Amino acid sequence: MKKLLIALLFAPLTVFASDEGAYLDKAPVNLSDYPSIQRGAKIFTNYCLSCHSAEYMRYNRMVDIGLTKEQIKKNLMFATDNVGSTMKIAMRPDDAKKWFGVPPPDLSVIARSRTPDWIYTYLRSFYLDDSRPTGWNNTVFANVGMPHVLWTLQGEQVLKKSGVDGSKPVFELVKQGKLTPVEYDATVGDLVNYLTWMSEPSKMKRLETGVYVLLFLGIFFILTYFLKKEFWKDVH
Amino acid sequence: MSAMQKMIGWIDDRFPLTVTWKAHLSEYYAPKNFNFWYFFGSLALLVLVNQIFTGIFLTMNYKPDTLLAFGSVEYIMRDVDWGWLIRYMHSVGASMFFVVVYLHMFRGLIYGSYRKPRELVWIFGMMIYLALMAEAFMGYLLPWGQMSFWGAQVIISLFGAIPVIGDALSTWIRGDFVVSDATLNRFFAFHVIAIPLVLLGLVVAHIIALHEVGSNNPEGIEIKKVKDPVTHIPLDGIPFHPYYTVKDIVGVVVFLMVFSAIIFFAPEMGGWFLEPDNFIPANPMKTPPHIVPLWYFTPFYALLRAVPNKLFGVIGMGAAVLIITFLPWLDRAKAKSIRYRGPIYKTFLTLFVISFVGLGYLGTKEPTPVHTAFARIFGTIYFAFFLLMPLYTSIEKTKPVPERIPE
Repeated sequence: MKKLLIALLFAPLTVFASDEGAYLDKAPVNLSDYPSIQRGAKIFTNYCLSCHSAEYMRYNRMVDIGLTKEQIKKNLMFATDNVGSTMKIAMRPDDAKKWFGVPPPDLSVIARSRTPDWIYTYLRSFYLDDSRPTGWNNTVFANVGMPHVLWTLQGEQVLKKSGVDGSKPVFELVKQGKLTPVEYDATVGDLVNYLTWMSEPSKMKRLETGVYVLLFLGIFFILTYFLKKEFWKDVH
Repeated sequence: MSAMQKMIGWIDDRFPLTVTWKAHLSEYYAPKNFNFWYFFGSLALLVLVNQIFTGIFLTMNYKPDTLLAFGSVEYIMRDVDWGWLIRYMHSVGASMFFVVVYLHMFRGLIYGSYRKPRELVWIFGMMIYLALMAEAFMGYLLPWGQMSFWGAQVIISLFGAIPVIGDALSTWIRGDFVVSDATLNRFFAFHVIAIPLVLLGLVVAHIIALHEVGSNNPEGIEIKKVKDPVTHIPLDGIPFHPYYTVKDIVGVVVFLMVFSAIIFFAPEMGGWFLEPDNFIPANPMKTPPHIVPLWYFTPFYALLRAVPNKLFGVIGMGAAVLIITFLPWLDRAKAKSIRYRGPIYKTFLTLFVISFVGLGYLGTKEPTPVHTAFARIFGTIYFAFFLLMPLYTSIEKTKPVPERIPE
């Protein structure tokens, strides 16, 4: 009875909160894979960081993923010389609104609001659509204002069968890009890995600290448990 | 006399140090049979201290300004030394406060701790619960994410349902016609000083009232009825210190293990403690498709939506919270504890718990016709538990309650 009541009390906590409709692939996120995050950083600064900002992210934070300040300055910084500055962009929100309909969102914590799986699927789901002003549409984000920025890498694909009721849509590549489909998936995977890392740069430290905290509490528990037992010996 | 004793003597001549220590700890006699459910009072105090302590450090870096608020939270998460830990301790702490308080209240429910002579303990407790809700609601606006903004917008607009003065009242609360910088700034003031002061005062009153009448226990027996004829100490009582201090420390460590596991390994708790939409800065021009309050408000939110009329929905929601206050006078049973009560009460209590959790779940979901129908059934059971209580507790026979706590 008691156990049942406890289980009932916690039951809602075990059910996941969001219920998105579109089919999502699993993003290959691995925050200990620094080379992957570094490759993702390169894609990010080259392809994303002119329309999208990441204004809470400092360039020099990338020393955490194994880069030196010189490497960051030389390879990843195009808009500023100050390695301590945040990833701002020159495009004005008012102009962006005129050009895209909505200003491109800041990407600092995008992996936390959208989830890595969503971004991973989204960036691989652009297809040709003449009815759209940019010529592109997307199965994950219908009628999105963003064009397919990575099209030179992926090539051009058309939608063969749209995914109904959460099933996977079918695309056909009509023009080969610079990368093979396998290479493109890996590249987007690297980018999503970077975005995930950037959304919470302290995550690895958090996980590591947590192990020590729990170990300490585990030992402390033994001490307090026997202390209590000792004191309560004379209570009947 | 040692130097220490001399110093304590010096203080005692000027301040009731030893007297207070004895009255509330070393000579406060608590029943010896506290079980699992009795950890949550001291744990609530622990979480309160955690919230105040981490809150102080958060205010050192947080900016209550619509242009800066969201960024300042990210600044805390990224650039402030251990800022991420302080922030997660605070955000997870808020949810854990409600977990602990709900379990604490449930303990009161099953063992009849609200019954005479503990009515004021219960009323102070309910006032703490109300203050805590206000504190949590206003605190949730501060990160200035989409859910912060739209949650506040929805809840404040509820005051608009009040006839005649409604619209003026919600404008007065916001300080503007929409949730804006003025709202953020005043919520910050309420969250960091006004309500915490009230909360602390109420907690002191709650404990003083409790220590005046003494603690209840799982048997629902008054231990003060049977005292040692010479010492006048309750025979089933043991001094709170050291017995329950050392016991509560074990509870604290176990709680901290759960608390730390969440903070370090799942601070978002799958969207239940930190909603994904709150990582999008507040945008007054873009309404999210699905506005959901955090889990601890969802039972009442579901009740609000279950009523077709907005005004009656608001009244129903308010009544659902306030009716809990009247438990001491609704319960007419001879026995306090569930251990001596009959199947009717147990059935009602079980249905009530299922309804409360069910409403909490439905409050997070879209109001589809099926969900609304269930919310209405659960809502009816919720109110029936309280409103029918004078009836079913007075007709049901209870088992005889012993004089002393059984071995």
